[in-house]
Amino acid sequence: MFTIIKTSFKLLLTFTILTGLIYPGIVTLFAQLFFPVQANGNIILKNGKYVGSSIIGQYFTEPKYFWGRPSATSPDPYNAASSSGSNQGQNSPELIKLVFKRINILKKADPDTIKPIPIDLVTASASGLDPDISIAGAYYQAKRIAKERKMDEAKVYDIINKNIKQRQLGFLGEPSVNVLELNLDLDDETAAKP
Amino acid sequence: MTIDTIIQIGFYMFTLLCLVKPLGYYMAKVYQGKFCKTDGVFGIFERGIYRFCGIDLEEDMAWQKYALSVLWFSFVSIVFLYILQRLQNILPLNPQKFSGISSDSSFNTAISFVTNTNWQGYSAEISMSYLTQMIGLGVQNFLSAAVGMSVLVALIRGFVRCSEKTIGNFWVDLTRTVLYILIPLSIILAVLLVSEGVIQNFNPYKKIQMIENPEKIQILPMGPAASQISIKQLGTNGGGFFNVNSAHPFENPTPFSNFLEMLAILIIPSALCYTFGFMVFDTKQGWALFTAMMIIFIPMLFLCCFFEQQGNPNFDSLSVDQKSGLLQSGGNMEGKEVRFGITNSAIWATATTAASNGSVNSMHDSYSPLGGTVPLLLIQLGEIIFGGAGSGLYGMIVFAIIAVFAAGLMVGRTPEYLGKKIEPFEMKMSSLVIIIPAALTLLGTAVSVITKNGVNGISNPGPHGFTEVLYAFSSAANNNGSSFAGLSSNTVFYNIILAIAMFLGRFGIIIPVLAIAGSLARKKHVPVSSGTLPTSNPLFILLLVGVIILIGALTFFPSIALGPIAEQVLSK
Repeated sequence: MFTIIKTSFKLLLTFTILTGLIYPGIVTLFAQLFFPVQANGNIILKNGKYVGSSIIGQYFTEPKYFWGRPSATSPDPYNAASSSGSNQGQNSPELIKLVFKRINILKKADPDTIKPIPIDLVTASASGLDPDISIAGAYYQAKRIAKERKMDEAKVYDIINKNIKQRQLGFLGEPSVNVLELNLDLDDETAAKP
Repeated sequence: MTIDTIIQIGFYMFTLLCLVKPLGYYMAKVYQGKFCKTDGVFGIFERGIYRFCGIDLEEDMAWQKYALSVLWFSFVSIVFLYILQRLQNILPLNPQKFSGISSDSSFNTAISFVTNTNWQGYSAEISMSYLTQMIGLGVQNFLSAAVGMSVLVALIRGFVRCSEKTIGNFWVDLTRTVLYILIPLSIILAVLLVSEGVIQNFNPYKKIQMIENPEKIQILPMGPAASQISIKQLGTNGGGFFNVNSAHPFENPTPFSNFLEMLAILIIPSALCYTFGFMVFDTKQGWALFTAMMIIFIPMLFLCCFFEQQGNPNFDSLSVDQKSGLLQSGGNMEGKEVRFGITNSAIWATATTAASNGSVNSMHDSYSPLGGTVPLLLIQLGEIIFGGAGSGLYGMIVFAIIAVFAAGLMVGRTPEYLGKKIEPFEMKMSSLVIIIPAALTLLGTAVSVITKNGVNGISNPGPHGFTEVLYAFSSAANNNGSSFAGLSSNTVFYNIILAIAMFLGRFGIIIPVLAIAGSLARKKHVPVSSGTLPTSNPLFILLLVGVIILIGALTFFPSIALGPIAEQVLSK
């Protein structure tokens, strides 16, 4: 019995060093050597400032920006330090109320667009940090953006189309548009115009 | 069901199928000690470990000693993990200055990770230091998986050996699993994941100024995530580096990283089927069990996809578009990420609950009543459709024993499986394996819904709230670890009661399984005769599937009727 306990201790110690320190150390070494940008979070540097990670969504509320998915993180939406979904069931009265509210906000910001709202724009993402919206979700907002920025609607569509990420390898996942990159491109476009 | 869905499911299943044989063969060689000769040049690490720990390579253990070693090793691990969490505030590698974890949460998490459940009662990025994640949770990701695989190998030896008292050496099985199987696979997967954008660093959390309003700060969590994510997927652990697990963009940034992680969920449990067949000198036996798993898995997968694609009927009258098309995936998108859509969320939910992985890339709590029944039911079947690393297959073998017994009763012959007579002792132990998790699930749920502490944790009203509790206990007792996360389970009540369920659900099965192994090893092989029931033909596979579904349905139908079915009937 005593031998078993002693062996247990020593083996746990051995593997704690091997799989708890050496293994992550090796992976970190490879990661920082070959993929430093990815390993450090795909941080975007703009005008000398860190403005975000290209794979973590941010909260946009002004009508001149594309809006991302609703986020259920607390205390504020898109709180990257505390990821969370809403965990509301399909029949949750809370959820139905929220979706109603989200529809109203979108409609109010853009009374001219009458087509139905793509579902991803009114439902909370799993992480609360979803960086993407669907292509439909981006097209839906084009008219509002064009009006707010006094741009050609065709130009807005151009920028959206440039930012579409097709299925990876042609068939994996879903096509999407990265909201952060889309908005950065929009800002660049507006800034370039006098 | 769109063509894209079918292509993605097809590609996933095909890739998995291609890997079963090579990896299974490799693992069999490792366990037979033939891959890396311990006395050879590359055996130097293995020899070093044995010398340091005082392990005798030549020792062969009786099942009692094997079980005792498993128990003591796990107990020591639990104590270590508990102390580590309590003291993380005074230990290094804690750039966010997190305080020590509370006693009940530490207790729950320690048991959760040592039992390969990896239930996350805590929220990782606001409570766990890098050191705790690495040398605590990460290490147990390796070891708990290796324990499960070792127990499986011991059971296989029970079938192979003839008139022997011993079933192998636990220390050697454990060491070889970690050294030659888990570490190499994890390194490959981790580096691939980093290339897709999974983070791997030791930086403190990064503050950035948000684009719309630079006054507002967004804090981006950092840390050595990739190394931990690769093993939590491979070892059917499932405890994420972040709170939302693999829904987090830093944990699972692209559809390709998602594909790799999904593949990692099923690869070891599937390949072990081949390892089993190879080690009992009849690969058809392994393929038979694999086929039985597939027969249950694939319809479940399509059902889950179908129900989630339907969208939420409550929104039908509103001005929203839930239809799938070229521009959006549509469907029930609450709690799902755009890059994964419905298809990849449903594949993941099915795979992670078929295997006892429990990681998630979408929030199961927000699934439609029937879509959410698929993961719930797969857990309740006993985590044997692929199941945990090792634990899934030993559970499946127990079901095969029961199927053989049922067939034996029908024709009035002594049942045999793989040349060993199945007698009352084996049947008693097999019954324990089935009854213990089922009893824990139902009793735990019952206790929780009649006590105030239990009911207080529920977040969704009505039958859905009941399902949250039922799911939690199914997940804990069967060592899955996924959850209907609306349940506020980080309370003293749930931390303790779920920890007990996880502990008994793990070791209450390992001990009977090892007892079966010991008993079988002592028996002689019965020569095959015309009266022997073949256990690798389609008839037996169907019988096995029937037994699994019958036992699962009889045990859990009433509780499922109270939860998801009631919810479906009540909704419009």
